[in-house]
Amino acid sequence: MSDRITVASDQDVVRVRQLVRTAAVAAKLSLVDQTKLVTAASELARNTLVYGGGGTVELISVDNGRRKGIRIVFADEGPGIADLDLALTDGYTTGGGLGLGLSGARRLVDEFDIDTKVGEGTSITVTKWCR
Amino acid sequence: MERVPVLKIGDILLVSIQIDMEDQVALQLQEDLADRIVATGCHGVIIDISALDIVDSFVGRTLATIASISRVLDAETVVVGMRPAVAITLVELGLSLPGIRTALNVELGMAMLAQDEPEPEPVGGEEEPVATS
Repeated sequence: MSDRITVASDQDVVRVRQLVRTAAVAAKLSLVDQTKLVTAASELARNTLVYGGGGTVELISVDNGRRKGIRIVFADEGPGIADLDLALTDGYTTGGGLGLGLSGARRLVDEFDIDTKVGEGTSITVTKWCR
Repeated sequence: MERVPVLKIGDILLVSIQIDMEDQVALQLQEDLADRIVATGCHGVIIDISALDIVDSFVGRTLATIASISRVLDAETVVVGMRPAVAITLVELGLSLPGIRTALNVELGMAMLAQDEPEPEPVGGEEEPVATS
């Protein structure tokens, strides 16, 4: 299964939450893991919108042979992140938020990869595995 | 845009969030509540989030802001009904919502506000109330 959503407005962020929730239930994640994944997706989709100027979110079902999981890719062609370490620091923000979106989302998932280039965009891939 | 209704029950404004809020809806609620506190002179606000299956940093921050605004307008806010999975996720996210009073459900939230009633307004504001009797 793979699902791609364009994120261009507040409503799309809500749509991302709903689709991730549906996928998490279908993948039989525990309730706490569902909640963590949907929350992480909400943070990252908002970042895609607010900092990346919009982009896409792709949901992919994954299976490593032992466990099933959900992978989500958030991609934008925005300004990119100049100082990644700083951006991943709790409390750091350039947007007037709490500065917990990126760092907090990373704590809520099992795998977190970020690929960013200044002037070209950012792509963040997160994975949550069934226990 | 959808709107979250604000109900007045005696001296309390009750908000039960039943929808997955867009960010704009949360900001609108913040404004609506401030207006209603001033218009009604209510001293208590209860925000029921039992229907919310997630609280992300934006909603968390909005709840904290609502509590601060209410306090400035002479009203106490109690957030009630948080689901266990939401509490676990919020803390892991890094949001422990300092300064927000919580209760397990609307009934306990109302009891908490009723207890406040005869007490004089605490001078410092921020600290949790101390039982004096």
